[in-house]
Amino acid sequence: MFNKDRWKEILEVLTTNWFRTVLTAFGVFWGILILIILLSAGKGFQNGIMVDFGDIATNTMFMWTQTTTKEYKGLPKGRRYNFKVEDVAAIKEQVPNLRFVSPRNQLGGFGGNNNVVRGIRTGAFNVYGDYPEYIEQDPMTITSGRFLNYNDINDKRKIAVLGEGVKKELYEKGEEVIGSYIKIQGVSFLVVGTYKKNSNNGDGEEGQKEIFVPFTAFSQAFNRGNDVGWMAITAKDGSSITSLKEKVMDVVKANRKIHPEDDRAVGHFDLYEEFGRVQSLFGAITFIGYFVGILVLLSGIIGVSNIMLIVVKERTKEIGIRRALGESPWSIKGQILLESVFLTIISGMAGISLGALFIYAVNALLDSVGPVDMFLNPSVSLGVVVSALVILMVSGLLAGFIPANSAIKVKPIDALRTE
Amino acid sequence: MIEIRDLHKSYKMGSNSLHVLKGINFSVQEGELVAIMGSSGSGKSTLLNILGMLDELDEGTYSLDGVPIANLNETKAANYRNKFLGFVFQSFNLINYKNAMENVALPLYYQRVGRKERQEKALKYLEQVGLREWADHLPSELSGGQKQRVAIARAMAAEPKVLLADEPTGALDSKTSYEVMDLIQKINDDGNTILVVTHEEDIAHMCKRIVHLKDGVILEDKKVEQVRAQQYVQ
Repeated sequence: MFNKDRWKEILEVLTTNWFRTVLTAFGVFWGILILIILLSAGKGFQNGIMVDFGDIATNTMFMWTQTTTKEYKGLPKGRRYNFKVEDVAAIKEQVPNLRFVSPRNQLGGFGGNNNVVRGIRTGAFNVYGDYPEYIEQDPMTITSGRFLNYNDINDKRKIAVLGEGVKKELYEKGEEVIGSYIKIQGVSFLVVGTYKKNSNNGDGEEGQKEIFVPFTAFSQAFNRGNDVGWMAITAKDGSSITSLKEKVMDVVKANRKIHPEDDRAVGHFDLYEEFGRVQSLFGAITFIGYFVGILVLLSGIIGVSNIMLIVVKERTKEIGIRRALGESPWSIKGQILLESVFLTIISGMAGISLGALFIYAVNALLDSVGPVDMFLNPSVSLGVVVSALVILMVSGLLAGFIPANSAIKVKPIDALRTE
Repeated sequence: MIEIRDLHKSYKMGSNSLHVLKGINFSVQEGELVAIMGSSGSGKSTLLNILGMLDELDEGTYSLDGVPIANLNETKAANYRNKFLGFVFQSFNLINYKNAMENVALPLYYQRVGRKERQEKALKYLEQVGLREWADHLPSELSGGQKQRVAIARAMAAEPKVLLADEPTGALDSKTSYEVMDLIQKINDDGNTILVVTHEEDIAHMCKRIVHLKDGVILEDKKVEQVRAQQYVQ
């Protein structure tokens, strides 16, 4: 296979009719180019969406209270209720494979009233009473100072961690933030740190305008007693929160005397399911990329096969001569297959190269005009390139198979008689 | 060298079959130069094709150098052709994108002879047919007689047991025909067995034995006084 004469011959055959070879190669070239472009566009789209998720722990659900819709144990429907701190312990105890269970209380909300005061400045922000592990569930970068810790929780310290957006509204530029005090609904909190969120769930602005204080201090300062408004629950790696959430809610329902089938009493948002849905969307996009790309490639392959048939036809006499001189049929078959694989791979490589160049150009363009919504860093992985090469290899073999067989089907005597 | 007993061959032409060879008994000793003569349709080319393992026989036996030639698959036939036989065709059948030397070296390539050795041998045989300095010319740059001489060099390159020539002078004028026959005679003088199919009397008489075929049977098989082609060549 790797012998000089054979390759020389292949080049001779392919270069005798340049124009035809180039046209044939173009089919394969075009197919693989489209495959690469489709896959990289899909990847760019995926990257663009995924950056919105940031590095948020996706195996997480959020859970909040709503009103009951069923009577149960003598309690009426339409009842409002609250999670209690005991529920957190109960969930941790009764549901296995949970990594974090973080309760949270909250003040304010989107577009709420001004609730934070510092000197003459005021602002409306979301204020959360949280546990230290929350930073693991919704990762953020601490830009100065520190985040909450368990000493803060145990000692009910009145401290606060501010978002960069909060800092911008309440402080002068260059003013020292750490060590200053802010008043949240009349209660003073010491600022110990600032953060910047990595994810931006559609609104990056809002995410930076949050204030975190210790859960216990929050409950005490704003008179929440044992109540818990909201929980973020993350499952351990290897088990999905989607499969555990029923158990979690059963525990809560039992503790809060809610009818076991009252599904609307506990509100929840399953990030994992949502994420899975997005994932499967990209799975589908990748599939379409492969599907369309391979179909286009297929028409190129058929072109190669067609030309190889013509080449074989043209060379019938030559093949007859070779066989009369004692070339074995297998050698002839190998030669035709090699020609076809060579042509396919060379044109495929050209397609891959141009595709890479195209991706490079798009990336350079994106870099120069700045980020575009929902599209980031289109690329194909090495795996895709390797599988493209495998596809080319196999399709080259397929393309050569029929012509190669037809080449040796003709008897040498008949081949010699052809003029 | 060649032993044929009771050879029959017929071709199917649509519904009726054409009986081309009707029981040929024929043998050739080593070193012979045999002309097979006959008008077209006499079956001489068919006989040569069967001898050359390009075609299969229907009935009878054929052995070449003591090896029975029967039930060959294509790979085996190719191998035997390569080892035992050299072909010279009327229309030369050189491969037109390969130069003279590469054409001559082709059978050696199929024998997996190394590249260097192949070239040396090819040049040696080209030398023998007097075309050494034409080694790197393509067939399209050669005259008919030169092409046939390259073809003969190619047939000889594999050092076959038998050289089969199908109308080797059929496409040449009489002067070049004699040159080619002169070459064939010289190769025969070295002890090679050669079969020549021809329909030209004068060419046939340059062989040592003439076999006349007519309608698929041997009409006549006689030894003749060889006419040397040398005298016609200047």
